[in-house]
Amino acid sequence: MSYLEYNTKRMPAGLAKVLYVNWPLVALLIAVAAYGFVMLYSIAGGSLHPWAEPQLKRFGAGLVIMFVVAFVPLWFWRSISGVAYAVSVLLLLGVEFFGSVGMGAKRWLELGPLRLQPSELAKVTTIMALAAFYDWLDLKKTSRFLWVVLAALIALVPTFLVLRQPDLGTAMLILMGGGVVIFAAGVHWGYFAAIIGTGAATVVAVMQSRGTEWQILKDYQYRRIDAFLDPTLDPLGAGYHINQSMIALGSGGWSGRGFMEGTQARLNFLPEKHTDFIFTTLAEEFGFVGASSLLLLYMMVMGLCLLSAFNTTNRFGALLIIGVTGTFFLYFAVNMAMVMGLAPVVGVPLPLVSYGGSAMIVLMVGFGLVQSAHIHRARLPS
Amino acid sequence: MKRTEREKEFSHRVITRRGLLLGSLQLGVAGTLLWRLRDMQLNQAEQFHLLAEENRINLRLLPPVRGLIFDRNGVLLAGNEQNYRVVIKRDDAGDIDLVLSRLARLIDLSDEDIERARRDMLRNRPFVPVTVAERLSWEEISRVAANAPALPGVTPEMGLSRHYPLQGDTAHVVGYVGPVSERDLEALEAPDPVLMIPRFQIGKSGVERMQEDALRGRAGSQRVEVNAVGRVMRELDRVEGTPGGNLHLTIDAKLQNYALERLHGQSAAAVVVDVASGDILALASGPSFDPNLFVRGISGPDFRALLDNDHRPLVNKTVQGLYPPGSTFKMVTALAALEAGATNGQETVFCPGHMDVAGNRFHCWRRGGHGRVGMVAALSQSCDVYFYEMAQRCGIDKINEMSTRLGLGIRYDLPINSVSAGLNPTREWKRRNRNAEWLVGDTVNASIGQGFVLTTPLQLAVMTARLASNKAVLPRLLRDPMERAARETASLDLRPEWLRLIRRGMAETVNDQRGTAYSSRIVADGQVMAGKTGTSQVFSITRAEREAGIRRQEDLPWNRRNHALFVDYAPLDDPRVAVAVVVEHGGGGSSAAAPIGRDITLAALNGGVPPLSAYPAPQRNRIRAEQIELEERLRPAQLLRVSRA
Repeated sequence: MSYLEYNTKRMPAGLAKVLYVNWPLVALLIAVAAYGFVMLYSIAGGSLHPWAEPQLKRFGAGLVIMFVVAFVPLWFWRSISGVAYAVSVLLLLGVEFFGSVGMGAKRWLELGPLRLQPSELAKVTTIMALAAFYDWLDLKKTSRFLWVVLAALIALVPTFLVLRQPDLGTAMLILMGGGVVIFAAGVHWGYFAAIIGTGAATVVAVMQSRGTEWQILKDYQYRRIDAFLDPTLDPLGAGYHINQSMIALGSGGWSGRGFMEGTQARLNFLPEKHTDFIFTTLAEEFGFVGASSLLLLYMMVMGLCLLSAFNTTNRFGALLIIGVTGTFFLYFAVNMAMVMGLAPVVGVPLPLVSYGGSAMIVLMVGFGLVQSAHIHRARLPS
Repeated sequence: MKRTEREKEFSHRVITRRGLLLGSLQLGVAGTLLWRLRDMQLNQAEQFHLLAEENRINLRLLPPVRGLIFDRNGVLLAGNEQNYRVVIKRDDAGDIDLVLSRLARLIDLSDEDIERARRDMLRNRPFVPVTVAERLSWEEISRVAANAPALPGVTPEMGLSRHYPLQGDTAHVVGYVGPVSERDLEALEAPDPVLMIPRFQIGKSGVERMQEDALRGRAGSQRVEVNAVGRVMRELDRVEGTPGGNLHLTIDAKLQNYALERLHGQSAAAVVVDVASGDILALASGPSFDPNLFVRGISGPDFRALLDNDHRPLVNKTVQGLYPPGSTFKMVTALAALEAGATNGQETVFCPGHMDVAGNRFHCWRRGGHGRVGMVAALSQSCDVYFYEMAQRCGIDKINEMSTRLGLGIRYDLPINSVSAGLNPTREWKRRNRNAEWLVGDTVNASIGQGFVLTTPLQLAVMTARLASNKAVLPRLLRDPMERAARETASLDLRPEWLRLIRRGMAETVNDQRGTAYSSRIVADGQVMAGKTGTSQVFSITRAEREAGIRRQEDLPWNRRNHALFVDYAPLDDPRVAVAVVVEHGGGGSSAAAPIGRDITLAALNGGVPPLSAYPAPQRNRIRAEQIELEERLRPAQLLRVSRA
């Protein structure tokens, strides 16, 4: 597909693009990020240091990046999707062989003064590659076995490389993000049923075989699974955090303890209070009102983006939007479920709210792509 | 690809349908999250609030009992003793000055203690318990407990703290423990949560540090319900930890004690190695220090005194001290020459008292010269010129090779800090480090263990053990008490007839009237030793100084005098122990080091203070007087009792 295929008559160009930006989405993103600033300010005991100020700056930079990405025509992003994907896989391979080790895992690639985290990049490029793939592929072939396998491979290669680092959280996000695109592209639901069915059967078989003669895994592996699923079995590690997190969250009540009134002392036991466990502090200080309003904001972001996806006949653009927002959804859903004790502890931040640079910038690039798809959307024939 | 309008519409329909499906799924998940949030925050809020406010569940770590360290016979070197202490938490105490002043009326607290506690409390976060006083008596701790209502935030506790009953005896080997520092934590990737316990102690030096993982054990945990003032209401559950493993060293505590006392007052090192197994029986570095001071937190002045002492008590001279080996290196040169075929060992060399090499005059220690000497006499009388000649014949490369083969210039893998590799200088080394070519004069210097050559006392003991056994003896410090069979040690493959020459030279050094260590001979049957003296220059007396009349070591200030060295093995015909002694600035090897080597060798063979019958009759009165003085300093027998079950 060339750019000529867009309905150029109604396609905004130049400065006019500003009028076509999805401004409500921008407002929502700023609102979400504001929750982060407030909480980071509170956790630091009422200070911009050490977290709120850098976070503000980073978000500002993120907004600029988002607009830059948004104003670049969509056909350009489509045409570089394959290359971007290839580069990120190469970078992941680079991490595998030359990556620097930190906190027990290899995630960073050092190129001179630059420190790259290719796994973050891969989240976006995998979605781009799959969206471009389905845009290119003949619609009739969408559900053909070999083409489905190829699409699955596009998602699995970076997943596998990230898993080797090891970074379970990110690997899961890449795989599920890819899965969302494949699903949205219209691949026959039978494939998904088969995968979910096989997965469930495997889990059942593995768990049922425990203690029998044909036990599939080793005993210690089962113990690890136990600790993963039920953190209270590991009272010195994750279980302690979840327990503290749940107490703090639950004690927030309807309207919370009030701004900066959270039980800092106890939360100081949470090493990740400004990153992965920031939702706990929010729920404690602003109660159900604060926590559910953030959830609502997130869902409004989702809704706006989906609407935008339904409003374009550009296959690449629509799939891109659904993929990016799907990943965004997974971020906050997994994070919230974790701090509420509904999901095992995996290191997934609360998007745009948790302190941290890499993930935020990548998300803003993602939303830039969403905006680009929105601005350069192929209008429905009225 | 180009698509028809129909295809576009179809694609749009599919994506919209699937998007709506995904959207509703996401809405469902979000609904679940919201429901859970509502459940926790609205329905169960009071429960959680209660948990948070009144009945907080506290997870307490139960620190593991640190493993004990024993000597080879089961004498306790590092143990744990009960320790009553008082801790205080700032956020529970409220007015800390008031509480501290009340506490000071109940127990003995110096102003310094109070100041330190205040500082610690303000520096740490308010809920971190800070230790105010340690090692309290039972009465004191009872008094604190009885007055608990007036002392909010104060808790009496019983803990274990490290204790080294033999004090300084094994300080350099066993090392000591201390509180975890920020630096320690930063060095670890995933620190064990137990390290977060305030005042938890980890190994800071020696075996305590290098074997930290084996000694520490795993923490247990206890979940308790505490009320608002932090009092434990009940225990919910408890996971027992595992105590750390015990270690057994190869050190013989009694011999170690004797060796250290024998070095008394000197800046010196003595090493005893078991020839057959490589077990390090004694690793004494004098003066030593009391590791218990470090466990308790050493005071400023005490630490200053240790640092300022010119005998450097904190340095483990046995493995860290680098000394030119002097004449104790001559066995290496002799074997290198034999191996290279530079001599058959029988021929003699004429020693006029000096030798001119490349325009420089190299002196023999005996100004008048030794006349004609063969290898045996050259060793026993320590003729320098003989070795100047041999070294030039075989070259530095051969000497290096032999030196490495005998265990010099190698870093031994031992669980103690700062084990040095010494220096086995090669042509390559000099080019790289001195940016100069190797000269023949360097070879001549190296031949008598001067110049660039540096060794540690432990290396010298290992070299001696290797000469005594013709085996590639490797020293070890940890011992498996279950071990039955002796370790297999590879042969060094030195030609027996050459070794016989060397050993005869060493035997005559001690037992021949002209030998340099004749006055330190042992006369007891079956305990006769063979050895080699060495005197290594620290500062050479220049020609100018010599002409100015400074000839004797005694004329020089202490820290410019020569190092005295002695290596030996015994018994002569069935070597069991190899010993190396270095006395820093001791003067001469035969006068300062050899008697110490002899006494420590005898102590190792006899398992205690040597019997007088081992000494030549004329020396016995003097030696007895020395022994009486020394015995008074030895550790009381009950401390050296076997305490292992």
